[in-house]
Amino acid sequence: MSTSLLELEAVNSFYGDSHILFDVSLTVGRNEVVALLGRNGAGKTTTLRSIMGLVTPRSGSIRLDGRAIAGLPPFEIARLGLQLVPEERAIFGQLTVEENLRLAALTAPNAWSLDRIYEFFPRLRERRRSGGRQLSGGEQQMLAIARALIRDAQVILLDEPFEGLAPLIVRDLVRVSRDLAAQGRTILVVEQNVVAALSFADRVYVLNNGHIAWEGTPAALRGDPALMKAHLGV
Amino acid sequence: MPSTALLLSQAFNGLALGTLLALVASGLTIILGTLGVLNFAHGALFMLGAYAMYVVMAHTGSWLLGLLAGGVFMLVVGVALERLLVRLFYQRPHEDQILVTFGAGIVIVEAVRAYFGGNTKSVPTPPWGQGIVRLGFLFYPTYRLELIGIVAAVLFALYLLLYRTSIGLVVRAGIEDARMVGVLGINVRRAFLAVFALGVLAAGVAGMLYAPIVSVQPDMGGSFLVEAFVVIVIGGLGSYPGAVVGGLIAGEIISLTSAFNTAYSEVMLFAVMALLLVLRPQGLFGSEGRV
Ligand SMILES: Nc1ncnc2c1ncn2[C@@H]1O[C@H](COP(=O)(O)OP(=O)(O)OP(=O)(O)O)[C@@H](O)[C@H]1O
Ligand SMILES: [Mg+2]
Repeated sequence: MSTSLLELEAVNSFYGDSHILFDVSLTVGRNEVVALLGRNGAGKTTTLRSIMGLVTPRSGSIRLDGRAIAGLPPFEIARLGLQLVPEERAIFGQLTVEENLRLAALTAPNAWSLDRIYEFFPRLRERRRSGGRQLSGGEQQMLAIARALIRDAQVILLDEPFEGLAPLIVRDLVRVSRDLAAQGRTILVVEQNVVAALSFADRVYVLNNGHIAWEGTPAALRGDPALMKAHLGV
Repeated sequence: MPSTALLLSQAFNGLALGTLLALVASGLTIILGTLGVLNFAHGALFMLGAYAMYVVMAHTGSWLLGLLAGGVFMLVVGVALERLLVRLFYQRPHEDQILVTFGAGIVIVEAVRAYFGGNTKSVPTPPWGQGIVRLGFLFYPTYRLELIGIVAAVLFALYLLLYRTSIGLVVRAGIEDARMVGVLGINVRRAFLAVFALGVLAAGVAGMLYAPIVSVQPDMGGSFLVEAFVVIVIGGLGSYPGAVVGGLIAGEIISLTSAFNTAYSEVMLFAVMALLLVLRPQGLFGSEGRV
């Protein structure tokens, strides 16, 4: 597909000697929302980390808008408009909410204003002077997403954005994710919460033991209980 | 029992020593916090600052010029040390980092000894710092009193740099999670260079300011290094407020104890550190599970 914004081709990634990703190929089109699903330890996080440059693939290629990015350091990849929102959220607990946002905006050429971010996340405006460590799980996740947004990232990698959050907050964040997609942002989302992920994804990949085991639409996946059970355990 | 005047004068000495320890320790702690490197060359760099002041004062007699030229010199040393040596060790085990910085410290000390000789140099007190002032019933050396103010100003400038500028924002974030700083588009390597040079500058400026009131000789940094380690343990590894408060506490402990018995001042310092570690292992301002 020549219209793909993000394209992985036969990516193999390792931690030391352990081979984690095996010839992973996937594409994410411009303005598409793609879900990457799979059991614990399947290699979902490793896939996102490989794209962000936190893990350097030993072979294979990763292209962002046609440009090879595998091997670049994370800060250069971020400057190309791709942003990982990590599983552990990685909020700076000693910095305030506003400082977390200002830090993220520092090197972004088209950074959003704080006001625009606060319009998107009114809760963060209320909490802007709070230290990162004082935030609730939901607020931390909002801030983690807001840091990607203030950079005006075109491609956002969301690693388990709904993990450990109350259903009401998950509903809010699903709405936020839909809004992002509606704005024309491209999203690759990893989730254990299959129902929530399928509710806003255009396309799905299933990862199993480091191999892409299935690719299709949310409707096709929902219509195949055996597949859901085999690869996702739901 | 020592006289009130002696105790009071020792309390002032504690403040002078404490602010300087705070300055040395803040350099050590931001390097440790951000880069993860315990810089064993820090004492030697403190000494190098004192010699820089000695050289400029000997040639020009200008304290201000000594501070400026010495500051530039320390920045150059810091940048060279990071680029040529320390940088190669970021990914290496802590033992390797300790060995290489320890080795760099020895090289600096011996190079100074080879060039200047091992004997003590004295650095004159600047004209505005000569004499003594009368504080109520206490007579106290003018320069020491001014020193407290000068170092407090330097510490405040460092505070502004760390808490009111973008560079400071990057440094503080880097202390928590340098990798995430990179993920947010910031060139952490460049930030690391700035942090290391800044830490070296802090050690050097402390040496320059301290030079007129101590005997300047190649080994003068050794005990300061040990005390600075204790300070950052007390204050919490990687914490700037911790380095400042820890420095003041350590300065007072050392000075007040030596009013009773000089031999016990270091012992007392270590005892307080041990007690604190039992009660609060992460130090006064440290966060749990860090570094
Ligand atoms: N830093 C690491 N060093 C060594 N092995 C690792 C490391 N991180 C993850 N692994 C291993 O790599 C495999 C894939 O991990 P990864 O985190 O990518 O899985 P995941 O699909 O994101 O799982 P989860 O749903 O639990 O987040 C697992 O077997 C894991 O144990
Ligand atoms: Mg994961």
